[in-house]
Amino acid sequence: MEITFDILRRKSADEKPYIQTVTIERGRCATVAEALDIINTEKLIDDPVQWERSCKQKKCGACAMLIYGRPRLACDARLDEFPRGRIKLEPLKKFPCVRDLMVDRGVIFANLMKLGSWLDENAACDDTGVAYDASKCLQCGCCLEVCPNFYSGGEFFGASALTASSRLIGETPAELGKRLYGEYNGHFFRGCGKSLSCKDICPAGIDTERLMVRSNAAAVWKRKKRS
Amino acid sequence: MINILGAGLAGLSAALTLAEAGIKCRLISAQNSERAQSVLAEGGINAALDTMGEGDTTELHFEETMKGGAYLADPNAVRALTDSAPAVVTKLAGLGVPFNRNPDGSLTLRSFGGQKKKRTAFAQSSTGKMIMTALTDEVRKYEAKGLVIRLPHHTFMRLLTDGVQCSGVRIKDTYTGTFYDLSGVVIAALGGLNGFFPHMTTGTVTNSGTAAAVIFAQGVKFANLEMIQYHPTTVGIPGKRCLISEAARGEGGRLCVMKDGYPMYFMEMKYPELGNLMPRDVVSREIFFARRDQGDVFLDMTGIPEDTWKNKLSDLREEIMHYFPLDPKKDPVPVEPGIHYFMGGVYVNANHEASMRGLYAAGECACQYHGANRLGGNSMLGAVFGGMTAAKSASVYAGSGSEDMSVYSGEEPLDCELPAGSDERLGNILLNGLGIVRNGNTMKSALDRLNEVQCATAPEKVRKELGRAMLLSALGRMESRGAHYREDCPDTLDAFADTTVTQLAGGTVRVTFEKIPERNTGNGNNV
Ligand SMILES: Cc1cc2nc3c(=O)[nH]c(=O)nc-3n(C[C@H](O)[C@H](O)[C@H](O)COP(=O)(O)OP(=O)(O)OC[C@H]3O[C@@H](n4cnc5c(N)ncnc54)[C@H](O)[C@@H]3O)c2cc1C
Ligand code: SF4
Ligand code: SF4
Ligand code: FES
Repeated sequence: MEITFDILRRKSADEKPYIQTVTIERGRCATVAEALDIINTEKLIDDPVQWERSCKQKKCGACAMLIYGRPRLACDARLDEFPRGRIKLEPLKKFPCVRDLMVDRGVIFANLMKLGSWLDENAACDDTGVAYDASKCLQCGCCLEVCPNFYSGGEFFGASALTASSRLIGETPAELGKRLYGEYNGHFFRGCGKSLSCKDICPAGIDTERLMVRSNAAAVWKRKKRS
Repeated sequence: MINILGAGLAGLSAALTLAEAGIKCRLISAQNSERAQSVLAEGGINAALDTMGEGDTTELHFEETMKGGAYLADPNAVRALTDSAPAVVTKLAGLGVPFNRNPDGSLTLRSFGGQKKKRTAFAQSSTGKMIMTALTDEVRKYEAKGLVIRLPHHTFMRLLTDGVQCSGVRIKDTYTGTFYDLSGVVIAALGGLNGFFPHMTTGTVTNSGTAAAVIFAQGVKFANLEMIQYHPTTVGIPGKRCLISEAARGEGGRLCVMKDGYPMYFMEMKYPELGNLMPRDVVSREIFFARRDQGDVFLDMTGIPEDTWKNKLSDLREEIMHYFPLDPKKDPVPVEPGIHYFMGGVYVNANHEASMRGLYAAGECACQYHGANRLGGNSMLGAVFGGMTAAKSASVYAGSGSEDMSVYSGEEPLDCELPAGSDERLGNILLNGLGIVRNGNTMKSALDRLNEVQCATAPEKVRKELGRAMLLSALGRMESRGAHYREDCPDTLDAFADTTVTQLAGGTVRVTFEKIPERNTGNGNNV
């Protein structure tokens, strides 16, 4: 049994993309990431496919790409999920393409900078576990890919900024939270349409809805207890 | 301007230390911090905080770290590490790391291998990720102030050096392909040598080891390269080994073999005091022998109480269930040792200065703190504290180096792809010589096979030499100590209570043994 990959390729952002097709024995690999590794290390095609990876166990967010049209982590995409045996691989579309499947996700980090994603004072202990859940964010960008309201360069930063904000808000006593609340309102709350596509897609399993509920309570409805 | 290579725990910690002192630095890394191996750390970070009412002390932490490392670590460096550990972990808590806490608000500590007291602070079983998120945010604060200049997607090419003094570094922007020569001293925080054993370690492929090999080829001394930690409990997943954290045993997991249908808990039978929590070198060796003589080894976690699963190990259970069709609450998990950590690396002193002036190293890429075997939970501590210490030492050069990034447009032979399969070939050769149980003959035949390897490219050549240095270090140590166990020399010998130092000079890899510093009397040099 074989599995076929249609890989959207280009050498640089300015080039017109084309599809290259590679076929590989199914039994040799279990995930899309493993297949890409074999394709490259065994030179099944002349020019290795450029893609980003690091941990290979869905904990670093590097390998996010469009797999059969869905933003996912390549190391978490098992081939047995695709019995039809043909999978299209494309780079995420909301970020500029660097080469092949590798995109420049710099906007995510630029937005965290604009958001002022840091604590102003030492953390106050957060007993709801919000900080724990929020800190799991891989900054992979899958949520932004599916978010109807996010576009690169806009003032709405999407769920990858919600996670950062929620951690900080959760750990900051209400009386010190003014700056964080303002950023949250301006860059998240006002722009979010609550469709929750982000929750369904998140490969880290982050319950973005819960984070919104907690952060809204503090930043929008001012229901957080003062310390 | 100081150049930091690597943005994992050690690199972030160095950047934060410099920035807090008002010193500018560049934080250069192949990928963003979210992608560094440090995010994978699970079980926790050690500090004698003594919050569990067991009377733990920093002195005991010191003694157990030295003993765990089979007395091959620098005692003054270790003393500074263990003395500072409570302050390091308290600082991390202040940055918002959601450590598990006791009802009184103090940090909960768990048991980890080689330690008689509960000493490991943790955030469930995702401690590394939690610390990395908090540190990345804190460093961002100083990025906004212009004190930390981030250069993600830039890879290390070579040090700029006349062979004596390191005056800068050449890097490549992997997005554009442009090379830059940066001036200023260098702190290497490049992580471990995973890429020397492709698909065989629990770590990340980004740490290819080529950077270390280049630094070695540029004449910098390395130490204790034979000391490779096999973690006792790993499982194979696509393309790598997946760790089952020591926290599983710290919270009650037990190792067993099946005999006549019943579990036989061999570690508890042989080591009544520490049992399943003996240091990792011992546990891995016992599993190796048990698998050889008695069959499959299992990690039995079925006795772990429900609330521990829920509050302390939830991520671990999820992970196991994701990769196996079994629930560790109900069924024992088959495990095998796997390569996990490199105790050896750039040879540094207690101030984290390398043998080349103007070069510092910290984190897993340096040889510091762990001697012949690292205790679980000491590596994140060593990375954070090592980054701090290296930064303090390097700050004497704060005024030198410039902010300019000058484009280099000449040839760079080190910039090329490795030919297909070359990594795997080298990895298999090294694995044959450097297993859990070693002997002179297999190491020599590995060396013979290494000699036959033809290298077409510059990166292959430097990698081959660092590989050779690993094998020669192991051959030169004609004893067994810590992670280095030789069937043909099973005893630990006083004559080898020295650091293995290796250097490439005049095209030849040389191995020498250097005396470990005496312990300073007094209260240690708390940095
Ligand atoms: C699965 C797992 C679990 C672990 N659990 C624990 C634990 O519970 N407790 C504990 O104490 N330790 C644990 N460890 C060990 C610990 O996590 C690491 O030793 C430590 O985090 C290393 O930090 P570091 O900063 O030295 O390196 P890393 O985090 O590996 O960072 C290396 C940095 O260097 C960069 N880099 C690499 N090569 C290049 C190059 N050529 N050019 C430019 N940049 C480059 C990378 O991008 C990265 O930013 C664990 C390790 C693993 C793999
Ligand atoms: S919220 Fe989830 S999908 Fe979005 S960046 Fe974080 S981990 Fe990725
Ligand atoms: S709820 Fe919808 S609009 Fe809001 S961040 Fe998620 S995907 Fe975007
Ligand atoms: S490689 Fe880290 S998430 Fe896939």
